[in-house]
Amino acid sequence: MRLEYFQLIDRIVDLRLGDRTISVEATVPSESTIFEGHFPGFPLMPGVLLAETMAQTSGWLVVAVNRFERMPFLAAIKDAKFRTFVTPGTVLSVNATLLHEGSGYAVTKASISTKGKAICDAVLTLRVMPFPNPEMSEQMRKTAERIGFPNEVPANG
Amino acid sequence: MSSTFDTIANIIAETCDIPRDSITPDSHAINDLGIDSLDFLDIAFAIDKAFGIKLPLEQWTQEVNDGKATTDQYFVLKNLSARIDELVAAKGA
Repeated sequence: MRLEYFQLIDRIVDLRLGDRTISVEATVPSESTIFEGHFPGFPLMPGVLLAETMAQTSGWLVVAVNRFERMPFLAAIKDAKFRTFVTPGTVLSVNATLLHEGSGYAVTKASISTKGKAICDAVLTLRVMPFPNPEMSEQMRKTAERIGFPNEVPANG
Repeated sequence: MSSTFDTIANIIAETCDIPRDSITPDSHAINDLGIDSLDFLDIAFAIDKAFGIKLPLEQWTQEVNDGKATTDQYFVLKNLSARIDELVAAKGA
């Protein structure tokens, strides 16, 4: 994770279009300027960044389903629950399942855990739109390469 | 009115916290009920699930933007009910 750059996904662990699921890994950095304020002497990963981590994970699943032809934008977070503190250095397992693929939107259920212990979960709605410009599309592909987006996404889980 | 209307009226009432009594077949979801595009995504999700269809929101939006259709055709609830009935019938055909 590079929190200041909103690069919250380290690696795609598993992506199954047939099951409409994705699993990714992300390690909370041991140091970040964010921890200087959140909180002084008691560094915690902000819940809003955990929500963003679930959104980005869901987003990569939607990108895969749309074969890089469309881009998701976070529209709503529902039933978000943050169950435990997350401290620097924690290795996060993030999972998302596509609940529904609508016309111009998608709904996912996402969760984060560490070593099998639940951290947070939520239902997310994403608008799904054409890429705003070619540069954005290209940037997404570069990021995909960095986080190990599979070249050949298996159709069935 | 049809059960389709009742179903979507109940969905709108629950999703947007609008009194059920104020929702009629002639209500315009946007102009009369004040439903915005984000709330309509929730409604579309609930309708898609309830009827096992996929409301073609992008197609409808494009038609309105291109001047080929009016919002009344899709967002007055009796018309929305008719569109849903058509989609359900097409699914079963």
